[in-house]
Amino acid sequence: MKQILTVANKEFHDGLRNRWLVSITLIFALLSIGLTYFGAAASGAVGVTSLSTTVASLASLAVFLIPLIALLLSYDSFVGEQESGTLLLLLTYPLSKSQLLLGKFIGQGGIIAFATFLGFGASALLLYFQLGDTDIFRAFGLFIISAILLGLSFTAISYIISLSVSEKSKAAGFALITWFLFALAFDLALLALLVGVEEGVTQQGLTQLMMLNPTDIFRLVNLSGLDSSDVNGALAVAINASLSQVQLFSALVAWVVLPLSLAIFIFKKKTL
Amino acid sequence: MNTPLVSLVEAGKTYGELDVLSSMTMSLNEGEVLGLFGHNGAGKTTMMKLILGVISPSKGSVTVMGMAPDSKEAWHCRSKVGYLPENVSFYEQLTGLEVLTYFAKLKGFSKKQAIDLLEQVGITYAMKRQVKTYSKGMRQRLGLAQAFIGEPKLLLLDEPTVGLDPIATRDFYKTVDQLKSNGSSVILCSHVLPGVEQHIDRAMILSTGKLLAMGTLSELRQQAALPVVIKPSGLNGAVAQDAKLNRFITGACQNTLMVPEQEKLAVLKQLLSLEGLDDLHVESANLEQVYQHFLEKHELDLQQKTQGGQG
Repeated sequence: MKQILTVANKEFHDGLRNRWLVSITLIFALLSIGLTYFGAAASGAVGVTSLSTTVASLASLAVFLIPLIALLLSYDSFVGEQESGTLLLLLTYPLSKSQLLLGKFIGQGGIIAFATFLGFGASALLLYFQLGDTDIFRAFGLFIISAILLGLSFTAISYIISLSVSEKSKAAGFALITWFLFALAFDLALLALLVGVEEGVTQQGLTQLMMLNPTDIFRLVNLSGLDSSDVNGALAVAINASLSQVQLFSALVAWVVLPLSLAIFIFKKKTL
Repeated sequence: MNTPLVSLVEAGKTYGELDVLSSMTMSLNEGEVLGLFGHNGAGKTTMMKLILGVISPSKGSVTVMGMAPDSKEAWHCRSKVGYLPENVSFYEQLTGLEVLTYFAKLKGFSKKQAIDLLEQVGITYAMKRQVKTYSKGMRQRLGLAQAFIGEPKLLLLDEPTVGLDPIATRDFYKTVDQLKSNGSSVILCSHVLPGVEQHIDRAMILSTGKLLAMGTLSELRQQAALPVVIKPSGLNGAVAQDAKLNRFITGACQNTLMVPEQEKLAVLKQLLSLEGLDDLHVESANLEQVYQHFLEKHELDLQQKTQGGQG
């Protein structure tokens, strides 16, 4: 355990030193405060709009940003150390592969979690001062927790990438493709399936397919509780066949644990 | 009682078809310094990785401190092993002290020990600077400090003197001698040969994954049967007239005698008996020549083998 914490501490401080924490927090805070205030600008009004609209617009932006940030933060955590030779050196230390991986995960995941909490928490506070409604904390609480899980999930996925390639530049390429597939292509494919193929998928089937993508689970978590007028497309269909929040959160947690276990498995097989 | 610290019994490593290291048998005793020599790709690094337990042997066995280094039981032994990889660039954005503290903590030591080690390798003045501002020599010193964490019982150093200036090299060998007298064993991996010979007890010469020769320097010299070079001066051709001596004269230079090791003393006595001798220069084959000899012999063997195969 001490070893894991030593690694985690180093990774977390790397995140602070490289201004990751500050930049992610800033991006999230600016985004969420901006959306909270100007989300309704299109309809001609400036000021705090309804809670559900705010969370809906935040979720639909965060769903692109969080995976991208997580992948950027950790795509080189193993392949980078492999290239500089420190990975081989670390493995000659009394430090097991899973300890190293978990340490990194706690450190880098900590950066993402902390930044998400601070950044989005800021706009929750702001909304609370404007509306004085304690419902805000519940809605934002759910949003922040799911956002953190989404970030952790993509951190674990980027470890898989980082451990499977031998060059940093390749890892960057794969990270970009992964982001594109999960954040964009998957939904387009679902929509095509829904619209293009007659009797292609049932509502039930669609929701099940969505469990294959953590970004969709994140969307479902945050949009299913809202008025369906704020939601459209494939999601609206899925929401009607809604799963309980507990089920959705378990699916998100599975999307953290499974890639992480796979990463550990790949690391153990890897020869240096 | 006298079990070797490291022993390899017919250990080999293959990657797919590629035979990186073929059945290596060797042992290293406590307090012994072993030099491991060979060109790039000779299998030196693979052998080190086997001893470190980072990879497992494809065949044969490796034992370090009585255990297989890649096993779980050997876990606690790892803090007693120091390693300096050949090409390592430490976390550039961290300071030297931060890097060393990180590694020290992973071995269960504190920041204070890290500072002491930095002092030992002489880079305390730069410990608050980022590693990216370090010169090659300073990085190498930092790497050495890292390998010295926790006074290891076994040290594996891959090209430790690359990039070090002569004074730092001398300091480095002083540290090696000191560790040796404390009972640590050291494996020095190198292809830079001059200067290393007075610090090693035994040498191992590898090429293309095969052991060409192993032994103390004088044993290797004997095996190689390389002549001793004797250069007398002030004799003015008396050597050429001496029946006992003139057969050792090599064509080119009248004043250089190439003498087999076993006849060295006889020749020296004969030379001393000659009048007019005002100086005498005796040079045994050095490690570099021994190394060259074994490599050339190995290449010759390989050529004959392939020719034999074709014919």
